[in-house]
Amino acid sequence: MTVLTPDIILIQALNGLASASSLFLVASGLSIIFGVTRVVNFAHGSFYMLGAYLGWSLTRHLASFGAFGFWGSVLGAALIVGGIGILVEMLVLRRLRRAPELYPLLATFGVVLIVQDAALAIWGPEDLLGPRAPGLTGFVSIFASRFPVYELFLIAVGPLLLGGLWLLFRRTRFGLLVRAATQDREMVAALGVDERRLFSNVFFLGAALAGLGGALQLPREAVNLNMDVSVVVEAFVVVVVGGLGSLVGAYVAAVLIGIIQAFGILFLPKVTLVLVFLVMGIVLAVRPFGLFGRSAASEGLRTVAQESVLRPLSTSSRILFALCVLLIGAMPLFAGGYAMGIVAELLILAVFAASLHFLMGLGGMASFGHAAFFGIGAYGAALALTALQWPIAACLLAAPLGAGLAGIFAGWLCVRLSGVYLAMLSLAVAQIAWATSFQWVEVTGGDNGILGVWPPPPFASRSGFLLLTLVLTAAALASLRIAAFSPFGYALRAARDAPRRAEASGIHVRATQWAAFAIAAAFAGVAGGLYALAKGSVFPTYLAISKSVDALIMVLLGGIGSLTGPIIGAFAFGGLEAELMASAPFWRAILGVVILALVIVAPSGITGVLGRQIGKRQKSAASA
Amino acid sequence: MTTLDRRGFLAGASMFASLGAPAILRAEDAIKIGEVNSYTAQPAFLKPYRQGWDLALEKVNAAGGVDGRKLETIFRDDGGKPEDAVRYAGDLIDAEKVDVLAGGFLSNIGLALADVANQRKRLYVASEPLTDALVWAKGNRYTFRLRPSTYMQAAMLVEEAAKLPARRWALVAPNYEYGQSANRWFKDLLKRAKPEVEFVAEQYPALGKMDVGATIQALEASKPEAIFNVTFGGDLTNFVRQGTTRGLFEGRSVVSMLTGEPEYVDPLGAEAPVGWIVTGYPYGDLDTPQHVAFRNAYKAKFAEMPKLGSVVGYETVNSIAAALAKAGSTDNEKLVSALEGLKLVTVFGPVEFRAIDHQSTMGAFVGKIALKDGLGVMSNWSYRDGAKYLPPDSEVRVLRPAG
Repeated sequence: MTVLTPDIILIQALNGLASASSLFLVASGLSIIFGVTRVVNFAHGSFYMLGAYLGWSLTRHLASFGAFGFWGSVLGAALIVGGIGILVEMLVLRRLRRAPELYPLLATFGVVLIVQDAALAIWGPEDLLGPRAPGLTGFVSIFASRFPVYELFLIAVGPLLLGGLWLLFRRTRFGLLVRAATQDREMVAALGVDERRLFSNVFFLGAALAGLGGALQLPREAVNLNMDVSVVVEAFVVVVVGGLGSLVGAYVAAVLIGIIQAFGILFLPKVTLVLVFLVMGIVLAVRPFGLFGRSAASEGLRTVAQESVLRPLSTSSRILFALCVLLIGAMPLFAGGYAMGIVAELLILAVFAASLHFLMGLGGMASFGHAAFFGIGAYGAALALTALQWPIAACLLAAPLGAGLAGIFAGWLCVRLSGVYLAMLSLAVAQIAWATSFQWVEVTGGDNGILGVWPPPPFASRSGFLLLTLVLTAAALASLRIAAFSPFGYALRAARDAPRRAEASGIHVRATQWAAFAIAAAFAGVAGGLYALAKGSVFPTYLAISKSVDALIMVLLGGIGSLTGPIIGAFAFGGLEAELMASAPFWRAILGVVILALVIVAPSGITGVLGRQIGKRQKSAASA
Repeated sequence: MTTLDRRGFLAGASMFASLGAPAILRAEDAIKIGEVNSYTAQPAFLKPYRQGWDLALEKVNAAGGVDGRKLETIFRDDGGKPEDAVRYAGDLIDAEKVDVLAGGFLSNIGLALADVANQRKRLYVASEPLTDALVWAKGNRYTFRLRPSTYMQAAMLVEEAAKLPARRWALVAPNYEYGQSANRWFKDLLKRAKPEVEFVAEQYPALGKMDVGATIQALEASKPEAIFNVTFGGDLTNFVRQGTTRGLFEGRSVVSMLTGEPEYVDPLGAEAPVGWIVTGYPYGDLDTPQHVAFRNAYKAKFAEMPKLGSVVGYETVNSIAAALAKAGSTDNEKLVSALEGLKLVTVFGPVEFRAIDHQSTMGAFVGKIALKDGLGVMSNWSYRDGAKYLPPDSEVRVLRPAG
């Protein structure tokens, strides 16, 4: 046990402040971009990583200029990244201005994939160690310990930057416009401000800040290909804990997280996996809009364009679905084992996506942590099968029950919030569940997972399992569809579109949303349980952020305005990824380009485009 | 979405493949190896691994293959996700009809592949996953491993650690199975070798997200006399740089897993931690005839020095080829029998795949980090034969319920 002496307290506090400054650089840019453009910029971590890589390259070229070369490189990297930010805004996000906020998020995820492979191609797979900062290489002695001068410099950068941004926003016209647009961007546009230029400038500023943050890491951290994702999630946490749109809040949150982290590992070294998310969960449970956040005005995260109305399937569509089910059901007669395995997996993903769609599309609640319930279902089924030796039917029942119970608890926490706050709280819940599955080795097997979760005969064969999956997934998808057109489904959509009017007409909005959360979780559990049997094993990765992101992509890609969307999205995304990974070395970049192309061409998803095509054809047929 | 059919993708994909990989010989009667690895997630180790693999394959095929049949490999990238590794293993067995499975870098993926191998009764030669569970707790009939396990490498380092005067040890390891079991074995074995030691601090930073300054301070606060390190990759680089600035390593011995592998010491350049006692691979100084031949061939083909991954890829192919030759068949039951007790001479020396637990006796090099031409290299190294760093057979039988 560590004894807290004054010198340890001081040094750990300084360590916390140094991490806080680094985090704040990234978070501030993220916060500004979100504030003005409402873009949840997943690619912000990529800007940070590019800043580090570009800084590394520039310092090598400018090494002969000494201190000037180093600091010039840091600034140069920030400016170049700012330029890249403008490019992303102009080429991609500008085209999505009218789409619901989640589509730009999908687009920025495409950018993440492309940047990952581009960095690998340009800078290679090895970690790159940058130079130390000229003039700041030494240390100062504090009590008996040494503390690097560069860390002291970083500690100063945070407040300096905060002050600089404060001046920029309070004393310049640009700042005035940014603040105005953060409050009401339609009004700013109506007053004749060139929205495009403002957005480009904001992206430049935000991206440059991230690039600066990355380049400033050079003297303390090796540049590597995983910097992007690890930083962007923490930056989101900081922004949300601080309160969206509040830079002071972001700084305070960064300090809070940095300090808690520094002291936390003195006492609970293994808590490092989840500490940040615990902090976020507690803060949001107590203060739903973050430490410095104000009302709900600035946190909207529209999931659906308001005008989208669900319609029951037409007769021809019903026939088409029936044919699909028949075709898949007949696969054992003509298809190979691999094809059947893939189709079973895609069916499972379709249920997973449809369950998220129930929450997001019908309930208007975007979740960044839906994989938690998928994973809990998978662990539930796996434990029931291997540890408890239950029969298969009981295992498949344990999955939705476990996930549903978790959903009741998580829903109780989450539905009190909305928009980005809800999404981030769901992420915190999911991360805590993930860390539990990782750390609770006696039950979950830790990261080595649970093995040998193979279904017993007659479902052990590919064809047997496919038929089992087909029956269960078709039933699940049909139930979700029936629920959508039940009174409950209408109430849920009313709660999404006009909560006050819904409340006035006797719908208990909160309770409806809570129930929807639990139902969505239970269906994700169905998918998770089947997935465990399909894979024969369960791992903490089933609850990881990347799985939640996969679900989001499937829903958005398919089109959120239709119940068929998530099914088509699951088949398109899952099939595409499987096909690409099997054969292409730069599959991530290709996938990123496909996502970008689809989002730009079809911002309403695949079903949106199909719907429009069918609509056109019907119109032309009518006029002919 | 109708444009996204399989053929179109394969055409585009093969264009990409031809940029990065040599054309694969498509002999009708070739023996097929299905290889699943985390190429995009762990490129630093797996690029040299793939090159070593290709070199061995070329050599085996140039010598006429095995029993007149060429060896062919079908590679799959699991992106670091065990669930995708499982899917590709199924694909390779069902659609590609591979005779043997190989690969795996992360331990959990190795275990997932081993479980598929057991389920489908297909030989799986694991090359890199270090977890002890792969051959012990969750070992099975169809799974073999080439690399020295976490236990073996910890045991090699304990031998050196016990010679040090230090009694107060602090440990730092990434927070997942590999890090935790490395720490557990190190403590266990060192306590047995030298009962007076005590362990004053243990730090478990999240893999790839080490909060370096705070972790170093937490170690410093426990006033250790020596440090056992298991971090690697980016965490290690940051740990070394900040630890040096903060004086953590001054007057203290550091014993460190894998740090002598060029994959992990090269990025440190001239800041490599001189004096650390490490396991690794002295690629520049190992002058046995087998290694010199391998190094020259590798340099000639790829214009760079081999890394440890290169050796692992190279010898995995050689092990499979040797097993195929010994079995005289691709029948997996015969291959398992052939691999049990299979002896071959690797670039590190003679190696045997033990019948008792399917672990090979390939060893590792233990030495001290020194600087040479601005790069960290191993000095005063010696080869530790893996056979000497495994528990007695009676213990192994307890550790491996599968038999």
